[in-house]
Amino acid sequence: MPALKINVHFGGGAELLFDKIKKREVELPAVDKYLPECEKKGWTIRELLVWIKENLLRERPELFLQGESVRPGILVLINDTDWELYGELDYELQPSDTITFISTLHGG
Amino acid sequence: MPVPCGTGCGKNAALKRPKTGDALCKECFFWAFETEIHFTITKGELFKRGDSVAVAASGGKDSTVLAHTLKTLNERYDYGLNLMLLSIDEGITGYRDDSLETVKQNRDDYEMPLKILSYKDLYGWTMDEIVAQIGRKNNCTFCGVFRRQALDRGAALLGVKCIATGHNADDIAETVLMNVLRGDIARLKRCTAITTGSEGTIPRVKPLKYTYEKEIVMYAHYKKLVYFSTECVFAPNAYRGHARALLKDLEKIRPTCIMDIIYSGETMSIKEEVTLPSQRICTRCKFVSSQEVCKACVLLEGLNKGLPKLGIGKSSKAKKMLEEYNARQNTLEQVIDDLNDTNIKKKSGKKRNGLTDKCNSKTCCSGNCNSTQNNMEDNSKINSLLDEYSLKETDKPVQQLNDVSDDEEGCSSSCGRLGGLGVGF
Repeated sequence: MPALKINVHFGGGAELLFDKIKKREVELPAVDKYLPECEKKGWTIRELLVWIKENLLRERPELFLQGESVRPGILVLINDTDWELYGELDYELQPSDTITFISTLHGG
Repeated sequence: MPVPCGTGCGKNAALKRPKTGDALCKECFFWAFETEIHFTITKGELFKRGDSVAVAASGGKDSTVLAHTLKTLNERYDYGLNLMLLSIDEGITGYRDDSLETVKQNRDDYEMPLKILSYKDLYGWTMDEIVAQIGRKNNCTFCGVFRRQALDRGAALLGVKCIATGHNADDIAETVLMNVLRGDIARLKRCTAITTGSEGTIPRVKPLKYTYEKEIVMYAHYKKLVYFSTECVFAPNAYRGHARALLKDLEKIRPTCIMDIIYSGETMSIKEEVTLPSQRICTRCKFVSSQEVCKACVLLEGLNKGLPKLGIGKSSKAKKMLEEYNARQNTLEQVIDDLNDTNIKKKSGKKRNGLTDKCNSKTCCSGNCNSTQNNMEDNSKINSLLDEYSLKETDKPVQQLNDVSDDEEGCSSSCGRLGGLGVGF
């Protein structure tokens, strides 16, 4: 299975946990090689979060993740649409998707 | 598979509204979002035609969305309001200086006049300097108390009818929860009020009272509004952080809990026998206070006397500290007399009495007093403050030295979030 290219965006202060970089283009390896135990053919948001934690997240992971999901208060958008309309963690990533994480937890 | 917009407009939905569960497209969401705020404003009679209104602007998401929405609604429904932006510069390097740039952007984008007031100008101290004195614990008390009063002062300067703040539904629910957890009945009673302030004071209104944080952030995102988001460099307010984390966890399971907590706060009634502090005017600065001397004045007095912890905690503690201070000053006076009054007045014009300077005189008290520059003329001030405190002994306040403020003891909506979040559940 070929690598999957997607865009990952961070905003609302979430970027502070990721080297202050707001927009990234990332290439995900074949999911069955990266996470052999998950026994899936395609990447879902659930596995993407694991990959982000291990590859992009620089500090205080507890401010971004909680359990296997994002911390409540972090909004997730799939191609600019609320992930709550797309099955949240179970959404299967498609090539050139844009996944956006926006923190509501940062004050002004 | 795209979900169609629940209004039947034919477009695809962009988000699920936490308050109602409706799936709406961007356009229908904008309309619902703005119209709800319009109803909040008209139902609560927040403004009158021709009013001048100051939007308390921090550069953060809430105040940016508030300014944008008020401008939109003012034009759409012809409120006839004269809107302006009011910002407070606490003097926090790397935090407020950056966010003020965002406020200036708001000023240009929304074509509203902007007034910036600084702690330095109002109180003679920046938050950076205060933190250097008090340390990182309790500094949120200074910031919160000073900001509240600074907004009142700014509003008076601008001559506005009211101040609109960006407190959102999540903030209010969190404050209700906090006040329950602390048993703070006085604040619990007033924290859900959409308008606060009474006669003689400039009222504060919360047009976003029923607006979810998620929707504010989504609105700002879809409208591409520029806002500033970072954590305050001094933040940690652990208790509020816990309350916030709890609320967010609950909201995830049942989003209506935010509205339900606000509703509970609104409809809860307080037993008649519970005495609540009455509101009056501070005898020193003439701004609103629940005490003879308001909390801002006590905190400031503490800073200027080198007793930065004055005003943190109970009023009896403050009184004791002042008494000890005064006793030390009396000893000091004698020393000064002995020294024949030579170099005392040297720096008497200086606002701060050499807080950082250590005592030079070997004959003086244990060495932990503040230098001999603590001139005589200040002693009359201390004594008058002491008198004020002695007076207060009789009227046993229900609360500590609290102002009649709604919800801003320490940082509430504008900072202090992430500190506590680090703990997690």
